[in-house]
Amino acid sequence: MNALLNVWTWIAVSAGAIFFLAGTVGLLRFPDSLTRLHALTKADNLGLGLVVLGLLPQTSGILDAVKLIAIWLLVMLSGASISQLIAHRVWMDSDPQQ
Amino acid sequence: MVDFLLMAACFILAMVALGLWRILRGPADVDRMMAAQLLGSGSIAIVLLSGAATGQAMMINVALILAVLAAFASLAFVKAGDIARQGKMPDEDAQ
Amino acid sequence: MIDLLNVGLVVLIVGLAVWIIFARETFSAVVAFIAYGLLLTLVWAQLNGIDVALTEAAIGGGLTGALLVGAASRLRLTENSAQAEQSGAALKWLAAGVSGAVTSALAVCVLALPDPAPSLAQEVAANIDRTGVGNPITAVLLAFRAMDTLLEAIVLLFALIGVWSLTPDRFWAGRPGIKQSADPNGILAYVARVLAPLGIVVGVYIFWVGADYPGGKFQGATILAAMWLLVMMAGLADAPAISRRTLRMALVLGPVVFIAIGFLGVASAGAFLAYPGEYAKPLILVIEFALMPSLTLILGLLLLSAPQRAAEP
Repeated sequence: MNALLNVWTWIAVSAGAIFFLAGTVGLLRFPDSLTRLHALTKADNLGLGLVVLGLLPQTSGILDAVKLIAIWLLVMLSGASISQLIAHRVWMDSDPQQ
Repeated sequence: MVDFLLMAACFILAMVALGLWRILRGPADVDRMMAAQLLGSGSIAIVLLSGAATGQAMMINVALILAVLAAFASLAFVKAGDIARQGKMPDEDAQ
Repeated sequence: MIDLLNVGLVVLIVGLAVWIIFARETFSAVVAFIAYGLLLTLVWAQLNGIDVALTEAAIGGGLTGALLVGAASRLRLTENSAQAEQSGAALKWLAAGVSGAVTSALAVCVLALPDPAPSLAQEVAANIDRTGVGNPITAVLLAFRAMDTLLEAIVLLFALIGVWSLTPDRFWAGRPGIKQSADPNGILAYVARVLAPLGIVVGVYIFWVGADYPGGKFQGATILAAMWLLVMMAGLADAPAISRRTLRMALVLGPVVFIAIGFLGVASAGAFLAYPGEYAKPLILVIEFALMPSLTLILGLLLLSAPQRAAEP
């Protein structure tokens, strides 16, 4: 059982790291602010989510697991709202009549 | 397992460094506002991974605070950017 | 492997610090400084200072960020004229030299410490049962060195009075900051409505858990202050007028209770801020419960800055 949980941790954390990589590559290569914003929020939130899922078997109690899920939900909430606010800002900056 | 988790933490730190370089270089304010978001999710991941690797359960509390306050910091950046963009000193809005 | 992480952190932090010094725009420098603060949290965590990491995450990551970014946005208009007044190259080299000398001296001192380094950790561990708390940091802050914590709270109060003293005469007794407004159906209002209750739960949790685990009233108060500021930023609540009596009473409540308990210690245990026998834990709890709202209000009001609106009649 322990070996199975360890395999789960390996897979999920590696997938999370790959998503962080994808997000960073997007951040470096995409041509303008909006596309970079997209890369940043989507890939990093998913990367963090997979890291959290991977670390769930390593926790030492139900309270720690609940805290991990809460962290992920908080980051998703802030990521979603920040991307909307920043995108609105980009739109306002690019449209001189606003 | 411990080595694997620490290696993942190093990798994510490298990704955060690369992302930070790009964001700070970005020509507009908007790019820099993303820095808080990037650093937030990156450092939460690093804290959780190194905490699990070294066996310190209390690192989760650090990540919890980071989650709440990185959100707050990002929102403060956007709000301040709005105020700066309006181009007048906040004192002039006195009612 | 852990050395690789530590070296990576150090390289990144130093590189970021250099970037901040040479940054042209204040806004970029402030954003980078917040990133620097978040990275310092990782450093503290690696050094096993979890309480310090919590405080750095709370203050350096959240409150300092909002404070500096507010200042940067105000300075934006005068930034061009300020650039023209920058000091010459000689002064900058002198400053760099002095900073480098201080850093080297500190590094030499730390590296030259005997192994094991002298510390009072043994005495704290031997006497911690008498305080009733499990977290040695809390025991030091609220029992063995309670005087420092008292003075720290009073210093914060003085800082707030200092900020208020910058109020223009016509706005005295008014409300701090400009009237914030945001679309009540918009994203900012939605986030404030959802995040604030969660943040309050987290803040109270961190405060409560500080008795036996890393945490405490200061980190908890910072989170609560950040949530209060968030609600005001979203226009869902307005800043209180600084002339309100209840506000002022709440601000001084913490320090006054602390000082009262100090004098109680003179009467019952022989020294200022001594705790008599088995009353240590209840007294510590009373101090923490009294300081928490005061600290929250002080930190929130510090960030709102001096009043900029006249009080409504």
